[in-house]
Amino acid sequence: MEARDIAASGPAGIPRRLEAASPRYGEKVIFGLLAGCAILSVVTTTAIVIALIGPTIGFFGDVPVGDFLFGTEWSPQFEPPSFGVLPIVVGTLSVTLWGMLFAIPIGLGAAIYLSEYAHPGVRKIVKPALEVLAGIPTVAIGFFALTFITPDILQKLATSAPIFLALSAGLGIGLMVVPIIASISEDAMRAVPAGLREGAYAMGATRMRVATRVVFPAALSGIVASVVLAISRAVGETMIVVLAAGSTPNLTFDPFQSIQAMTAYIATIATGEVAQGTTKYDTIFAVGTLLFVMTLILNMISIRFVRRFRQVYE
Amino acid sequence: MSDEPRTERARLAVAGARATTAAVVSGRPRKDVIKNTLFSVLLLVAILLALAGLVALLVQAFVKGRPDLSVGLFTDSGSSDPTIAGFKQAILGSLMLIAGVIVMVVPLGIGAAVYLEEYANSERWWNRLIELNIQNLAGVPSIIYGILGLGFIVRGPLDLGFIAFAGSITLALLVLPIVIIAAREAIRAVPPSIREGSLALGATKWQTIRRQVLPASTSGIATGVILAVSRAFGETAPLLLVGAATFVTFNPEYFSGDYTALPVQIFQYATRPQDEFRILSAAGIVVLLLVLLVMNSFAIWLRNRYEQRW
Repeated sequence: MEARDIAASGPAGIPRRLEAASPRYGEKVIFGLLAGCAILSVVTTTAIVIALIGPTIGFFGDVPVGDFLFGTEWSPQFEPPSFGVLPIVVGTLSVTLWGMLFAIPIGLGAAIYLSEYAHPGVRKIVKPALEVLAGIPTVAIGFFALTFITPDILQKLATSAPIFLALSAGLGIGLMVVPIIASISEDAMRAVPAGLREGAYAMGATRMRVATRVVFPAALSGIVASVVLAISRAVGETMIVVLAAGSTPNLTFDPFQSIQAMTAYIATIATGEVAQGTTKYDTIFAVGTLLFVMTLILNMISIRFVRRFRQVYE
Repeated sequence: MSDEPRTERARLAVAGARATTAAVVSGRPRKDVIKNTLFSVLLLVAILLALAGLVALLVQAFVKGRPDLSVGLFTDSGSSDPTIAGFKQAILGSLMLIAGVIVMVVPLGIGAAVYLEEYANSERWWNRLIELNIQNLAGVPSIIYGILGLGFIVRGPLDLGFIAFAGSITLALLVLPIVIIAAREAIRAVPPSIREGSLALGATKWQTIRRQVLPASTSGIATGVILAVSRAFGETAPLLLVGAATFVTFNPEYFSGDYTALPVQIFQYATRPQDEFRILSAAGIVVLLLVLLVMNSFAIWLRNRYEQRW
């Protein structure tokens, strides 16, 4: 910038060392500010852990850890209360299971179709449509499950189906995660080098064989990552389960029963009239900690698989 | 199939090999043909089911909400009487929340992205920790952010109370990872030669970033910000925990008093058993989806219009 820098050689013609003439304090301040922005993410995580752990420790002062983790009755609002978390954990897992049974075949089918079969023109329309689906707020999907999937599909198929049931929430969650599975899996499939496909075609393989025996295995780590990420989203989803699955803790995987999921429990208590500082109120932090740990493990697995597929082909 | 460019030689070789093999194995067993057809039909069914779900959702919200789709939605207050209830305060609340989110998320998100792409040495463990941490934060359930907001912002260290500002901070933290990840990709797409040219002319590192790198990546960053903001706009669960749960009959303020948001109000109307409230809820969903549609279309337009190819 400054012209005098160019002439800045030493007095007796000895060249000065190659460093900036000005210490550039401004640059250092900016570096500090930018690093601060990045460090904020670590602060956020720390704050989440502190916000969860504090009341959770208080909760385990009143309720033994074993009773919480392995108890089969969840009734904090009754007298005497019971704090066995298994029914709402099973509620979450049940909704996730039924959602995945719907979303995995559909998401993977869509991914294979888009990556291996679809005409580029079709792809240009379908991809943005899936992006739109991915952007729909979950409260809208929950409303759809409650007022359409349950009364107009499930209760028509099984007349005894209740107003709130795990299957309806599961289907809603399935609809929510289909775009996640489809888009990440499709990215992974398209990252498979064309040479592998051409080799198989040259050997006389049919399109189906190329898709199932060459592309699918080659993209497997990306596909696994997409499914694990979808499971993590399903476990952490709140609005769909709170609207469509009900609020009765129920230790069952029966899709036609009303259940309560962990997230739905947290939302219900937090919006209710429970006094702060009571054991019942602290349950939301204990359940939140369990939920955080579950999704953290799933996310770590997913990140690991994504890294693997990036390393192989990029 | 894939639309990657292939060399003419490879194409000819493949075509030749296919023709030869096809000639050798002509009279392919009928079972194979049936299996292949069946498989492609199944794939088509999968994609059609996903699209049908999307269409059904949109149509159902519109059909169910149509009786209530009028200007009254925007001018009537929240109420427990469905005939006069609307979304006025909820929409105002959502706009305030989102304005706050944008103000916080743009500098923080871009700052973190610039640090990670331009300054951080990814060999250092602390930079790798920050990176992994951001990836993980992107996957933390939204209701956990609600607990963070409740325990840290509404009460605890910040102790702001149940006000809209606290809701904004919570939503901003929730979507920050989305902005950072999108901004990093946009910054990474700027070729190193641009930076080297600038540095070679004597610009400092920050001058290079400010005058070359950021202008060149603006459209990518803006797209990421819009997508993040539309996510924040539709988010409900964390707001339930940080106080946006009450009916508000007066215009909300940002730094004091009760507030609510459009998706929260939709949720509350939906949980009531009377069908009138469900109709109102569906009408609210139509408004919500229209706003998001406009925002997302703008993001897509921005991406296509200003995308720079180097």
